[in-house]
Amino acid sequence: MKVVLQNLTKIFPNRKKGGEDVVAVNDFTFEIPDGKLVGLLGPSGCGKSTSLYMICGLQKPTSGKIFFGDIDVTALEPESRGVGLVFQNYALYPHMTVKQNILYPLQNLKGSDKMTKEQMLERAVEVAKIVQIDELLERKPHELSGGQQQRVAIARALAKMPRVLLLDEPLSNLDARLRLQTREEIRRIQRKTGITTVFVTHDQEEAMSISDMIVVMKKGVVQQIGAPQAVYDSPANLFVAKFLGTPPVNVFEGEVKSGKVWIGEDAVADASGIADRRVWVGIRPEGFILDPDGPLHCDLKAVEVMGRDVSVVSGNANCTAEMVRSIIDADQRKHISGDVVRFAVKPNKIFIFDRESEERIVLPGQEKIAEAIEG
Amino acid sequence: MVESKQQWKAWVYLLPCLVLLAIFTVWPIINTVRMAFLENYNGLKEAGGETFRFGISNFTKVLEYKRFLQCLKTTMLLCVITVPVSTFLALLISVALNSIKVLQKPLQTIFFLPYVTNAIAIGMVFAAMFNIVGSFYGTENEIVVTAGIVNNVIEFFGGTRVNWINYGSTYLANMTVMVIYIVWNALPFKILILLSGLQSINKQYYDAAKVDGSSKGRIFWRITVPLLGPMLAYVIITGFIGGFKEYTSIVGIFGASMGPAHDAKRLNTMVGFIYDALASNQQGRASAAAIILFGIILVVTLINLRVSNRKVHY
Ligand SMILES: Nc1ncnc2c1ncn2[C@@H]1O[C@H](COP(=O)(O)OP(=O)(O)O)[C@@H](O)[C@H]1O
Ligand SMILES: [Mg+2]
Repeated sequence: MKVVLQNLTKIFPNRKKGGEDVVAVNDFTFEIPDGKLVGLLGPSGCGKSTSLYMICGLQKPTSGKIFFGDIDVTALEPESRGVGLVFQNYALYPHMTVKQNILYPLQNLKGSDKMTKEQMLERAVEVAKIVQIDELLERKPHELSGGQQQRVAIARALAKMPRVLLLDEPLSNLDARLRLQTREEIRRIQRKTGITTVFVTHDQEEAMSISDMIVVMKKGVVQQIGAPQAVYDSPANLFVAKFLGTPPVNVFEGEVKSGKVWIGEDAVADASGIADRRVWVGIRPEGFILDPDGPLHCDLKAVEVMGRDVSVVSGNANCTAEMVRSIIDADQRKHISGDVVRFAVKPNKIFIFDRESEERIVLPGQEKIAEAIEG
Repeated sequence: MVESKQQWKAWVYLLPCLVLLAIFTVWPIINTVRMAFLENYNGLKEAGGETFRFGISNFTKVLEYKRFLQCLKTTMLLCVITVPVSTFLALLISVALNSIKVLQKPLQTIFFLPYVTNAIAIGMVFAAMFNIVGSFYGTENEIVVTAGIVNNVIEFFGGTRVNWINYGSTYLANMTVMVIYIVWNALPFKILILLSGLQSINKQYYDAAKVDGSSKGRIFWRITVPLLGPMLAYVIITGFIGGFKEYTSIVGIFGASMGPAHDAKRLNTMVGFIYDALASNQQGRASAAAIILFGIILVVTLINLRVSNRKVHY
């Protein structure tokens, strides 16, 4: 089931007099391909949950339309949409056992979907097996760990075989190790069931690692949509570049002058054909190459050994952050000596952005911005 | 933990309170038990130097006493009817109140009014409402004019008036009035507790239930009621305890005679029986009745707790 969002907008009117309305989601247009896992990504408060709730029907869009397949579901109530929703804090019914929790949506089915007791039980056990909680069916939610609760929540959402599965920050309550493990599991379950899935998170690593596509949002406005690698390699604007990647991209004040990208006195990249202007220069940490003759001069501060890689921490007067963080191969380390390090920059790891609009300016030889959203 | 060297200080601070508790709570309880187990105990006779043997005759006398059994029956009936009815009504009203946005606060205040109004005053108003004639003690020779607003309403809709509380009224009519009065009087406290319980239920359970396609009735019985479990248990247990101590409400409507003019004491309750025994200087009998009442309340509360522990805990 593909899901189509058309100019979806949600405005929360301000209750106080004179206050401004909150535009939680602004003109969201997107087609989620059938059977794919889409990561909705953005900082807290950017409208991810609101988008998700509109898809599931708990909130009505102020304007715009939602289609499941070719059917307009904008006016339908959640129960008629055939969606499964996993809440941020799971919202398992505390007074019911795991089994009762999973059975509950099945018991509510009406008309031709109605199931017999045996069918329901069979289905409950089936989905419990998928998420590997079939041992825990008689427990109450408070007797489960966070990870187990999360899987029960997924099982409950899967029980009635939804056409679309929606997950709202499902991993945010788990500890780091469990988070890693569970996100793989979500991926596995999604692959196994083939259900179109929307996954909300503010953790870019999480979204990048398991999504077929990611949607990056900021203050209710979609910034960029695309495959995780494509968006990472070719961000549409400064916000997207900064939001994706750990350690984050290094941002410098710079300018384009006579066909070169300048950071201070250093010409770090070719910019032929681009008019002179002031820009932001973003360089990914892995975009630095230690080179005694490299154009970019930085003051060496520290070298952090991370095993396979070495993280070189240095300073540059034009950097917007205190430190320039670069990651280089451990065997390159021999090139480090003295107080000043010099870097060459990989041409596909440097991005320039207009100083005012912060939109990306594609440098010669770089790929076009994939599926970028205009404006 | 307070260090043991410091503990005597804590005891000193507690002392005034402990002394008062001992004098006004602990000693009376002990004394009640003592008086209940002294044969034919009577305060005046004891003051006159008489001594009493230990025995259980106070209890057997109380249990053989027809009046006592009548009191027990009335009390039990009132409890068993009013607690479920008022709890269910309070549940419906608080769910309704919780689901409206406008007028929620003013309505809440209106529902709360009976709680802050004197029970006797309310009883007198109820008595006036259910009255059949101008005079409180109607006799057969009096000209019957329907003065009570309840009968006015009944007659307006073409019904025949009912003698609710006056001379010649039936036990059923009397009890109906009492049930209405007690239920109405019990609502505010229950609504207050249940409403605050409802407001503390996480809204996400309802969102989840909506996505799960649950109907309104199903949400009420499968989500709201179980999640209100602790509050409901509290309200029911305190309701039963209060119900077994019913007294003031009947005085409010029927006066100290505890019944209509032709059959005084008809609606007497356990507490009323204890007061009467005290008034006629039969402290032994009163004590025995008090201990029986205590026993009943204890058993009912234990049963309540047992049931609710099975249903409520999650
Ligand atoms: N019911 C609501 N009423 C008013 N404002 C809301 C409501 N729900 C969300 N918002 C606002 O909408 C914006 C987006 O919220 P949300 O979608 O929850 O963000 P996210 O899930 O990305 O953290 C926030 O500014 C939030 O304050
Ligand atoms: Mg959210």
